[in-house]
Amino acid sequence: MALKIVKGSIDRMFDKNLQDLVRGIRNHKEDEAKYISQCIDEIKQELKQDNIAVKANAVIKLAYLQMLGYDISWAAFNIIEVMSSSKFTFKRIGYLTASQCFYEGTDVIMLTTNQIRKDLSSPNQYDTGVALTGLSCFVTPDLARDLANDIMTLMSHTKPYIRKKAVLIMYKVFLKYPESLRPAFPRLKEKLEDPDSGVQSAAVNVICELARRNPKNYLSLAPLFFKLMTSSTNNWVLIKIIKLFGALTPLEPRLGKKLIEPLTNLIHSTSAMSLLYECVNTVIAVLISLSTGMPNHSASIQLCVQKLRILIEDSDQNLKYLGLLAMSKILKTHPKSVQSHKDLILQCLDDKDESIRLRALDLLYGMVSKKNLMEIVKKLMIHVDKAEGTTYRDELLTKIIDICSQSNYQYITNFEWYISILVELTRLEGTRHGHLIAAQMLDVAIRVKAIRAFAVSQMAMLLDNGHLLAGNMQRNGICEVLYAAAWICGEFSEYLQEPNQTLEAMLKSKVTTLPGHIQAVYVQNAAKLYASVLQQNEQAGDKEAAQEITQMLIDKLPQFVQNADLEVQERASCILQLIKYIQKLQAKDVPVAEEVMALFAGELNPVAPKAQKKVPLPDGLDLDAWINDAPSESSSDDENPKKMIFHEEEQRNVRHRQPEMDEDELARRREVRKQEQANNPFYIKSSPSSQKNYQDASGVDHIPVVQIDLTVPLRVPGNWHYCSSLASIYCT
Amino acid sequence: MIKAILIFNNHGKPRLSKFYERYCEDMQQQIIRETFHLVSKRDENVCNFLEGGMLIGGADNKLIYRHYATLYFVFCVDSSESELGILDLIQVFVETLDKCFENVCELDLIFHVDKVHNILAEMVMGGMVLETNMNEIVTQIDAQSKMEKSETASTAARAHRGIRAGPAQRRVGPVCGPRVSPYLLFQGQHRTWHWNRWLLHRRR
Repeated sequence: MALKIVKGSIDRMFDKNLQDLVRGIRNHKEDEAKYISQCIDEIKQELKQDNIAVKANAVIKLAYLQMLGYDISWAAFNIIEVMSSSKFTFKRIGYLTASQCFYEGTDVIMLTTNQIRKDLSSPNQYDTGVALTGLSCFVTPDLARDLANDIMTLMSHTKPYIRKKAVLIMYKVFLKYPESLRPAFPRLKEKLEDPDSGVQSAAVNVICELARRNPKNYLSLAPLFFKLMTSSTNNWVLIKIIKLFGALTPLEPRLGKKLIEPLTNLIHSTSAMSLLYECVNTVIAVLISLSTGMPNHSASIQLCVQKLRILIEDSDQNLKYLGLLAMSKILKTHPKSVQSHKDLILQCLDDKDESIRLRALDLLYGMVSKKNLMEIVKKLMIHVDKAEGTTYRDELLTKIIDICSQSNYQYITNFEWYISILVELTRLEGTRHGHLIAAQMLDVAIRVKAIRAFAVSQMAMLLDNGHLLAGNMQRNGICEVLYAAAWICGEFSEYLQEPNQTLEAMLKSKVTTLPGHIQAVYVQNAAKLYASVLQQNEQAGDKEAAQEITQMLIDKLPQFVQNADLEVQERASCILQLIKYIQKLQAKDVPVAEEVMALFAGELNPVAPKAQKKVPLPDGLDLDAWINDAPSESSSDDENPKKMIFHEEEQRNVRHRQPEMDEDELARRREVRKQEQANNPFYIKSSPSSQKNYQDASGVDHIPVVQIDLTVPLRVPGNWHYCSSLASIYCT
Repeated sequence: MIKAILIFNNHGKPRLSKFYERYCEDMQQQIIRETFHLVSKRDENVCNFLEGGMLIGGADNKLIYRHYATLYFVFCVDSSESELGILDLIQVFVETLDKCFENVCELDLIFHVDKVHNILAEMVMGGMVLETNMNEIVTQIDAQSKMEKSETASTAARAHRGIRAGPAQRRVGPVCGPRVSPYLLFQGQHRTWHWNRWLLHRRR
């Protein structure tokens, strides 16, 4: 026995403590995993010891290993043992490790309930403190339910340290066990006026979090918070309250009106930037909610914008960023106030910080007008050239297109200029927004008849240089532009200067390296172009040229027929056959151009998204009538939860009623049940004779129904479900 | 609410990880890796906020970080927290560490992560800010250390192990000047708002 103790204490001398473990890991950089698994074995040995100090040592090492990513949930029980130590040091270690790894799924977590309760009522305030801190990280609904009362009592503890923690943890308790909110709320409200400022800010914190989740229920507290706001000097409390008001004003515009003045005063008086920023934010939120445009509020807007300008001009990047963020909120409702600061925003575009540049870009959106659009876009194009990262460049590209195309191209005066900008943008390498540029080109070319000639000439140029763009094969890459180019040239081929050349460009063998959908467009539009060329040639009476062009198509199309993409194959095959037929007709000197042109007759116009709704329904068409027979429905009811004070997001599960069982289903189940019974050694089979009878029967219907003359009704009213389930067992 | 607090070094090794929402260990490591990846790409003179589409939580969350010498202090918060306030909180945290460890450096955090947890527990509880006044925090920590010392005074084996662990100390940055949070001043002077730039500029 004595030997064991001596041996034990010798072993203990070689125990690694946390520092040894860390040092060991640092010295074993190559075989770290092996070393750590060795340490874990040692920890397991240590956890088997009775000595609580040894266990605590092992547990704190486990906490460290958890940070490195090792799962320590197997030691949950040991952690609880350490938590129950009477010594504060070990208790703290236990709660710390528990807060790192316990959660609702931990099996043994309910063993902690009593221990926590004991600690909560401990005379030592620090025991209570660590218990509360630990609990805040792993509270579960059961724990919350069991301990809510204890914590509520602690809210009135003599020591402010405990009160503060108890108040703060109540939020977590409310999250897990919402029923505790109603009884606790009056006490929580009391804490708003606690003499200790720490307790007060904890109470404000909790109520602000609650109110963000469910603003309506806390509107009644607004006057109390108002009083706090005007009386408190603690900046953290003020920030929380002001943020809360920002969340409440959308619901109660009158509150907003009252807030403007004290907030304006705060803005003028405070030197704390964070408070200033929050005040400005809330004023903006108020003014947005009051956006019926009361004239005397323009002064407040001006004040906000002025202060934001100061923020943006500051050399501190954080203030700049936040200033721009708030400015963009003002922009949505009061764009005119922001426009005068255009110079500042353009300056921010040159900032080294990418996040600031992105924010400035957002602001530009609202600042464009017909006069300054070209200037702004020119500036942005310079940035596009200078930009290093592809994300920023892509962002710029998207922004340029957004700015130009907003409100149906409201601000563009010169569409030719816009097309040339788009073509310039195609020179961007590695962009992911090729389809955007393509879409814009298509859009503008279709809608703006006047510039079609110019557009077509630019597109022809693009096609000629298609091999340059074809290098970038990625999805939505710049090669998408060729899609647009081909289509525009095909559709508006009458404007082409050199249709033959363009046709040849479309049919070059390099084209087969493009993505399938682009090739398909190429093939289709080559056909359109061919039709127009054919017509030109026939009208000019140039039979030879016509036959030449037909031959060229016949030569070049087979490479598309053999393409891997199905769409391309199909189109190419169709068109090839058509052209072979045309060739035969040409050989017989039949003028075919008119009919070929008729294939592509008709102009495509853009269609408004709501156009379908405007189409009048023809008489006699009922859109709601079933085309086929309606299927049998399985009903499901949605239970709307009673509005909880707290949670409004919880949904009850949908209840399903069993679908009707049909004959086959019943027969199948019968078979399965018979099988099971045959295989089950414990199933008491009924006597052979009755079984034989059973097997002869072929269903319920076979049993003759005889009327029995009874005074008592057979049918039992009430428990319908019970009866029906019984019926399903016996009716086999 | 604060969703997570992470401290890692310039190579992405975690020095402290505190999650206030449940994630399994693999997920936690992935979050640490991704956060490191995002934060380490940032230049020195850019703003300290990273928004949008993080692995943690999603659109409402942002990362607010500060880089001191070899360590990144990252707080992942949602929109109920004031960004500048959290920046100040990080500052208070670092200053408290400085006070408790006496000229704190990375090695202190490496070898005494349990003490760092204890300090953090006095500032943030369950994802909500508990205390922001440094003196108050230090008072509580001192009282608890005293209790710890009186309990372990008997265990001789541990008594001689000191706090310092090695000669090479890469400083987080000695604190000089008034201990004030830059964004929450009562009497502001432009100079003092930026005193912490000196802290930030001290690299290895």
